[in-house]
Amino acid sequence: MTRIPRIAAAMLALAAVAAASAQQSPAPKSSADGIAEYRAMLADGNPADLFVAKGEALWKTKRGPKNATLERCDLGKGPGVVKGAFVELPRYFADTGRVQDLESRLLSCGETLQGIAAAETAAAPFGKGEQANIEALVAYVASESAGMKFSLPQGRAEERTMYELGKRAFFYRAGSHGFACASCHGEPGKRIRLQELPDLTKNPGDGVGFAAWPAYRVSSGELWGMQRRLTDCFRQQRFPYPGFGSDVTIALGVYMGVNAKGAASTAPSIKR
Amino acid sequence: MTTTTTRAFMFMAAAAAAVAAIAGCAASTPAIDYDAATQQMMQRSFRDQGIAKVERLQQDEADAACSKALGAPLPDATRAAIEAANAKTIRMPADGRFIGDWKAGEALAQNGRGMTWTDASAAPSANGGNCYNCHQISKTEISYGTIGPSLYQYGKLRGVTDPAAPAARPVVEYTWGKLWNARASNACSGMPRFGDHQLLDETQLKNLMALLLDPKSPVNAQ
Repeated sequence: MTRIPRIAAAMLALAAVAAASAQQSPAPKSSADGIAEYRAMLADGNPADLFVAKGEALWKTKRGPKNATLERCDLGKGPGVVKGAFVELPRYFADTGRVQDLESRLLSCGETLQGIAAAETAAAPFGKGEQANIEALVAYVASESAGMKFSLPQGRAEERTMYELGKRAFFYRAGSHGFACASCHGEPGKRIRLQELPDLTKNPGDGVGFAAWPAYRVSSGELWGMQRRLTDCFRQQRFPYPGFGSDVTIALGVYMGVNAKGAASTAPSIKR
Repeated sequence: MTTTTTRAFMFMAAAAAAVAAIAGCAASTPAIDYDAATQQMMQRSFRDQGIAKVERLQQDEADAACSKALGAPLPDATRAAIEAANAKTIRMPADGRFIGDWKAGEALAQNGRGMTWTDASAAPSANGGNCYNCHQISKTEISYGTIGPSLYQYGKLRGVTDPAAPAARPVVEYTWGKLWNARASNACSGMPRFGDHQLLDETQLKNLMALLLDPKSPVNAQ
C-alpha cells in the first residue's frame, strides 16, 4: 500500500510544476508535454496493481453455486494457462462456438465452472457486483501478458469473418452526428482537444490503442477493460448502447487486435 | 445476453452453412455478404439507452456509401449524387439575417455536450457545437482538436470586412451551408450536419456564423 502516498506525491509534484510554469512560463511547455509528464509520474505507482492482486485471488478462490475456482478456465491456450493468453484474444472457442474476447470468455468460464449466470453478469452495471469482479480478473489475466506482443490467431474462418465484420463496424457511420470509430481513429496524428487519438486501422505502437487496455483511469479511479472502453466510445459517438460482450464489441476487438499485431501490451496501463 | 448468444449462434450457423454451400461449388464466389452481415450484427448488438435509440443505427444514403467505402474515396458519380442530395436540404435563415452574437457563438463552440445517452434532452438548446473538439478557432483557446482544419482568421483570410455587404454574400452562404449540412460540399465530410439533423437551431447557427465571420470576433480581430 505504499503506492497511494507515491501517487499523492506525484500529484503534488505536478501541482508544483504547473504553478511554477504558470508564474514564469518563458518558453511554455506544451500541454501535451505536461500530460506526458503527468502520466510518467503516475506510472511509477499504478493502482491497477491492486486490481491485479484482487483478480489473482478471485481466480484461485472457490466461488459460485458450484463452489469452484477459475483455475481450469481455458483462455485459448489450454485449461488453466493464463500466461500469454491475453495477447491472443479475441479468438475462436470450440466449446461455445463463438469468437470471444477476454471479458466474454470470463463470463463463459464463470458460468460453466462456477455456475455464475453469464447473462446476469453481462446485464450488471460496470463497476458493480459481479462486473467489479470481472474488472479485477481482466486486470490479472492481462498482467500475465505484460510486455508480450499481440498476435491474434486468424487461422479459422470464424476469426477471419469477425475481422471483416469488425472492419465494417469500425467504418460504420450513423446516428445524430454521423460518426464512426474511424471519425476519430482512422488517421495518424489527430487530436480531440488535446487528447491524442491512436490510428486503430494499423499498429499504432507498443502500449498505444488496443495494446493500452485494460487500464486504470485516474480521473474516475476505475479499472476499465476493453468492453467498458468501447461502451464509452459508443456513448461519445452518439450511438445506442452496446450489449456487454455483444458481437459488435468482439468484432471490433478482433479488428483492432489483428491490426495491432506485434505491439507490446502494457496492460494494465494507467490513463489520466 | 441469452438472446444475444442465441442470435450469435444462429448467425454463426448461417455463416457456416454459407461456407459449406460455397465449398460445394466449383467456382469460389465470396462465401459471406459482409455488408449484410454487418447490418445484422449492428442491429442485434445494441439496445436503447435514454435518448440514444437503436433507430439511430439506420443509415441514410450518405452515411451508408461513406461507410461502405471503408475510408477510400467514393466514385465520382456517387460523390456528386450525395452532395447534390444534401445541398437540397440547406435552408437559408427565414429572416435573411446570417450573423448573430460571436460571444454566444464562442460559448457554443466550447460546448461539447449533446445527444449522448447521458444527455436528458435532444433539443438544440441542450446541445453544444463541439467545434473546438476538432478545430482551432480563436487564438486564445489552446485546447483544440485537429481532425478538422484550423478556422483561425476564417473571415479575415476570405476577405470579409462586412458580412452584410453583397461582396461577402458567397462566403456567407457557403459558410451557412457548411454548418447546415457539410455533406453538401464534401460527401464524406466528418462534420455533423448541425442544421439538417436539428442539432442546432437557427439562432445558434447565426451565433457560430458571427464567431467565424464578424470582424470583431477574436477569430478575425486577433
